[in-house]
Amino acid sequence: MEPTSAQFHENVDKALHDADLQTALHRVDKNFAARRTAAVTAMPEFEALRDEAVRIKDHTLDHLDLYLETFEENVIASGGQVHWAATPEDARQIILDLCQTAGARTVTKGKSMIAEEVALNPFLEQHGITPVETDLGEYIIQLADEPPSHIIGPAIHKTKEQVSDLFATHHEKLGKTKRLTEGSDLVAEARDVLRPRYLEADVGITGANFLIAETGTSVIVTNEGNGDLTQQLPRMHIVIASLEKIVPTLEDASTILRVLARSATGQQMSVYTTFSTGPRRADDPDGPDAYHVVLLDNGRSKLLGTAFRDILRCIRCGACFNHCPVYASIGGHAYGWVYSGPMGAVLTPTMIGIEEAHHLPSATPFCGRCEAVCPMRIPLPKMMRHWREQAFDKKLDPARQRVALRVWAWVAQRPALYRRLTGLAVRYLAWRGRPLGRLRDLPLAGGWTDSRDLPAPQGQTFSAQWARQRQGNA
Amino acid sequence: MGATATGERVSGRDAILGTIRTSLGARDDDAARKAVSARLQTHPRNLVPDRSAVGDAERVAMFVSQIEATHASVARVAEPADVPAAVAAYLAQHNLPARATLAPDVADLDWKSQPLLETRVGVPVESDPVGVTAAFAAIAETGTLMLTSGAGSPMTLNLLPDNHVVVLRRRQVTGSLEDAWDRLRTHQGDAGMPRTAMFVSGPSSTADIELTLYLGAHGPRRLHIILVED
Ligand code: SF4
Repeated sequence: MEPTSAQFHENVDKALHDADLQTALHRVDKNFAARRTAAVTAMPEFEALRDEAVRIKDHTLDHLDLYLETFEENVIASGGQVHWAATPEDARQIILDLCQTAGARTVTKGKSMIAEEVALNPFLEQHGITPVETDLGEYIIQLADEPPSHIIGPAIHKTKEQVSDLFATHHEKLGKTKRLTEGSDLVAEARDVLRPRYLEADVGITGANFLIAETGTSVIVTNEGNGDLTQQLPRMHIVIASLEKIVPTLEDASTILRVLARSATGQQMSVYTTFSTGPRRADDPDGPDAYHVVLLDNGRSKLLGTAFRDILRCIRCGACFNHCPVYASIGGHAYGWVYSGPMGAVLTPTMIGIEEAHHLPSATPFCGRCEAVCPMRIPLPKMMRHWREQAFDKKLDPARQRVALRVWAWVAQRPALYRRLTGLAVRYLAWRGRPLGRLRDLPLAGGWTDSRDLPAPQGQTFSAQWARQRQGNA
Repeated sequence: MGATATGERVSGRDAILGTIRTSLGARDDDAARKAVSARLQTHPRNLVPDRSAVGDAERVAMFVSQIEATHASVARVAEPADVPAAVAAYLAQHNLPARATLAPDVADLDWKSQPLLETRVGVPVESDPVGVTAAFAAIAETGTLMLTSGAGSPMTLNLLPDNHVVVLRRRQVTGSLEDAWDRLRTHQGDAGMPRTAMFVSGPSSTADIELTLYLGAHGPRRLHIILVED
């Protein structure tokens, strides 16, 4: 998709005035965080599992070249093939070639953020191949011709009425003339409409939550079972995955699975977690005849050597979205590209450039909730700060903000002054925000609070609290 | 795919691996290779939650209560010979057609004992209402079935029919995912992984419309487990 991240302020404005979107976001806010908390509380080892998960991914990234080579060997040994794609263009071309070898006219697709990243659907359509999204959320946004607004719930911004309208418009030609209003009827109709598509598809394309080096396996995690039908029924199964999805062993994938579903939806395990290795075996009664893995780089190999390396631990669980006050106010589309939320604010500039995307890492109150819930302990706020520094160096921020920052830097280098001023500011802000516990406008930051509230500070500054605690402990 | 395309892909591969090595910087290559092959050889367990380290009876009870919490149902029978009657009873209880498609793995059971139940063995067609398959293992920790592909186990039978009945032997119930992998490794030996290993925790569901849970999104609306106690 063409990024609109540069028009972030306009996007935000639109989002804040979209009543349906605001209702939907309120639902996200209410639902996911509570479910995650319940799941995490029910697992006494959760924090230790996070540490293990981080250790596994760090070890893998340290040996990424070797694990990728092993993965490739094992895919080939089980009868499949690996294709390396340096750029989105390469990935699209490889997939098109594969589809054409299979004589494909229709391909079914499981949910894949990487397919979104490389803009696969429009490319296939241009070449006469019809891609059919099968995840209900992806199917809805495909009908609406919109990008996903959340990595685990792509259509989370749509109301039931909007879905009902979309189905009425698009399903009429399929003989479904009755406008449905019940959620269960809408789900049943989508199932009905998609069933024949699974069966007629020549190729099934899925993403991967993990690639396993030890066995040459790809893993998908879904609740609907759509990805499973996509990878079982057609003659060819193509997996598109970015190269940091790799983990060493089945045991390593199992450990990360324990934090993934809990962080994402509050489930212990998603309904379907499926490990696919190669094409069907000689005596298998079903399954695809061919298995291909397209490994996408798109700058990740470079990222590995930068201050943004830790974002490569991301397992796309969505927890940082569900706990982000910015995401909760504006939703995913305002970020203007495929990835949104705190994770997107860090990742998007690596892909479309900081010039285009510099507003995203700036739109943060640095509340730290994203890092606190991230199962992979990714220091998202720190990385947003890195981007802000780069944006500042490149003079990408408006003049007023840059002046403010320089003033702040000057003050911050003078500890006594800093303490006094921030102490004053905190007391001022606490007073201003008293009735609501949130601030509707901020001095010098009107551009920020015009469209969002800042949680009012509670009590003292951090440094004052720190000093007091230190005294208390001494 | 022409020769050039393939050539480019090979160089794409080398370029990507080259950039990764540059990004990783200087390292002791020998030590790195040793660390990697040791991990792959021994595939050590990481932290496994305590919850599933319990005795046999408790483990089975844990599996049952966990999978029931995911909207699946469980019936217990004494021995394999009782399975066909349990399938017939389940279909009758839910007013479902008395017509089941069987995985070859369960075809040997005494289906003739149920003359009113029409059965067929093999890969399902779209309209088949009921699939009966056999589990490879089950995991108590999360209430999860492990279903693996093979000559006797078509994977589409776990997905296409609206109603999925799974036959599970009591001794197949393990504690953790790691326990299940151990069993698969032992079972497969040199054959390595099967094409598919599915972990199933409940019937198909979606929350993509207003975050409300609906069952039967694309896969089975109902998941029923027949637990054979022998
Ligand atoms: S950054 Fe962390 S919390 Fe956000 S999607 Fe990635 S793993 Fe999940």
